[in-house]
Amino acid sequence: MPIQFQFEPIFAESDRIIDGVLLTLGLSFGAIVLGLVLAVLLVAAKSLLGRWVGLLVDAYVELMRNTPFLVQLFMLFFGLPLIGIRLPGTEAALLAMTLNLGAYATEIIRAGVDSIHRSQLEAGLSLAMTKRQVFQHVVLMPALARVWPALSSQFVLMLLASSICSFIAVPELSGTAAIIEQNTFRSFETYIVVTIIYLALALTLKVALNWLGRAVFPRVSSVDRLDARAEAA
Amino acid sequence: MTTFGWPEALFLLRAAGWTLLLTAIAFLIGSLIGGVFAIMRLSRIKLLRRIAATYILVIQSIPVLMVLFMSYYGLSLFGVELPPFLAASASLAIYVSAYLAEIWRGSIESVPFQQWEASASLAHSPAQTYRYVILPQAIRISLPPTVGFLVQLVKNTSIVSVVGFVELARAGQLVNNATFDSFRVFGLVALIYFAICFPLSRLSRHLEKVMNASRPH
Amino acid sequence: MPAVLIEDVHKSYGPLEVLKGVSLSVETGQVVALIGRSGSGKSTMLRCINGLEAFQSGRIEVAGHVVDQDPKRLRDLRKDVGIVFQSYNLFPHLTVGQNIMLSPRITKKVPQAEALALAKEVLAQVGLSEKFDSYPDNLSGGQQQRVAIARSLAMKPKVMLFDEVTSALDPELTGEVLLVMEKLAKGGMTMILVTHEMAFARNVANNTIFMHQGKIWEEGPSKELFANPRTPELQGFVKAGARE
Repeated sequence: MPIQFQFEPIFAESDRIIDGVLLTLGLSFGAIVLGLVLAVLLVAAKSLLGRWVGLLVDAYVELMRNTPFLVQLFMLFFGLPLIGIRLPGTEAALLAMTLNLGAYATEIIRAGVDSIHRSQLEAGLSLAMTKRQVFQHVVLMPALARVWPALSSQFVLMLLASSICSFIAVPELSGTAAIIEQNTFRSFETYIVVTIIYLALALTLKVALNWLGRAVFPRVSSVDRLDARAEAA
Repeated sequence: MTTFGWPEALFLLRAAGWTLLLTAIAFLIGSLIGGVFAIMRLSRIKLLRRIAATYILVIQSIPVLMVLFMSYYGLSLFGVELPPFLAASASLAIYVSAYLAEIWRGSIESVPFQQWEASASLAHSPAQTYRYVILPQAIRISLPPTVGFLVQLVKNTSIVSVVGFVELARAGQLVNNATFDSFRVFGLVALIYFAICFPLSRLSRHLEKVMNASRPH
Repeated sequence: MPAVLIEDVHKSYGPLEVLKGVSLSVETGQVVALIGRSGSGKSTMLRCINGLEAFQSGRIEVAGHVVDQDPKRLRDLRKDVGIVFQSYNLFPHLTVGQNIMLSPRITKKVPQAEALALAKEVLAQVGLSEKFDSYPDNLSGGQQQRVAIARSLAMKPKVMLFDEVTSALDPELTGEVLLVMEKLAKGGMTMILVTHEMAFARNVANNTIFMHQGKIWEEGPSKELFANPRTPELQGFVKAGARE
């Protein structure tokens, strides 16, 4: 029995697909920017505000990393209305993605901050800087430079995880695929087109983030080389 | 509308059992397939390396949801309609295979090259080198990330309801639709996932510390 | 009023006592060398002076500041007391100029233009004007160490501490750093240096202090101390470390 593919009905829906792609990208970039800001704030809080704040940050990170994103999404979408906050799907999705990505980014950036050699801190403190100034000027940028590859991977993972938002009927790319599948009854064609689009988005984002890393952090290798010297001394 | 009581909680717990079973089966099958691809990835034959690298890259660059759909609808093209549990296991196994192949390839490549030299100098064949020198060390190196990946797998079982299988997350949705007691329902669901994942995460971190402590410097 | 006054300082790391009642004073404009074997406590003593190490008993007063672990007082102290480290500890993500200007700008609120002029001036003092826009990893060890000295000088310190600043350098690069330090000494800077460079200690330091097992074992005018060591420990040390 020959298999017949019919892609025309899918391409007929290209407007819907483009809208889906745009929403996927919008959610992802939104979550990346907001999540990154959140993470830097949380890492700073953990470094500078003492033990109890640090433990709270740890608890948040562990909670988000050891429960599925889908459950976090459900909790926000179905749970918040019970205390009076009724978020529409897209906003709930952005919030969930931000909180989730923020937790992973916090963990990654914290590891970067911890890897900054003690001698750098001593140099900053010996120049009469406050701990906050040392964090801001001496620690943060080299830490981000060092963990940028790991952060980039996490950003791409978040782009792919946005597909889960289709579970609460957000019309991003996966949600759009479900609608097109219902309309055209061409399941395989729908999903292979959408899969290829995801593949293209993920690879493009990876390349773009690599380029961005090289542009913003040109001195990465030097950070590591000077550390080796401090280690040997 | 029902209230959220013990019957509902037990329903969730039983679904959690299915989550665990699904995880185990997907991990086992995925390991076998992943092992094959890891070997292919390290083969001297360029074509095999290319095929494995492409397979791994593609699966790691698409959502797990799409892996599920593609395997499900791909199989149905050939007239194969798997029951939900098998469909879920098979699709997840494919997802697992790509990530484990990459972890294991990385672990094998992490074994210092001096070990290869030393083994060859003792007149070992490549197979003997792998079996007695490289793999034992690679397996130790691979333990922390493999256990870490297991956590990801448990979390990703939450989306297999798209192929019709009812596991913990789907069960939570069903109970929520019946009771509207969202905080309690998803709170308990989150708690169960946490109870499964957190010990595994800790184990992975512990293994990593043990590994770093015993590494020769 | 001595620039640095150390009175009966004791310090332990857990059960291990590394400073067993050290007392010394340094007058303004004096250069003092601290010599001794590894583990004698000399670096620890130096690091106590600017608060990088805490001590359990005794008293240290430097440039009019009493040394304790209060963060605000330490910061005020560190504006007047500079330190140069063995591993230079330049900030790798900043240029030489930015390294030097950073602290004056953010801790002393020096305006940008003034900080720029100051940075150029101290960089000229250490002979590296042309490296203003270079990054640390493009510089040799000796150059990086001179930049580290310039970075401390930009804070206009009253006292400067040097912690084995040539020990990590290849031999042919130590000369340029020692030259800068000699210039500083001749210019009247109060300096305490932990060093293995015996010739430098003998020729440039007014007084030399030999530490052994956490105590001051011998001290006195440098030339005299090296010419006539009294204790067998110092005699052995001088003989072993003779480097001309």
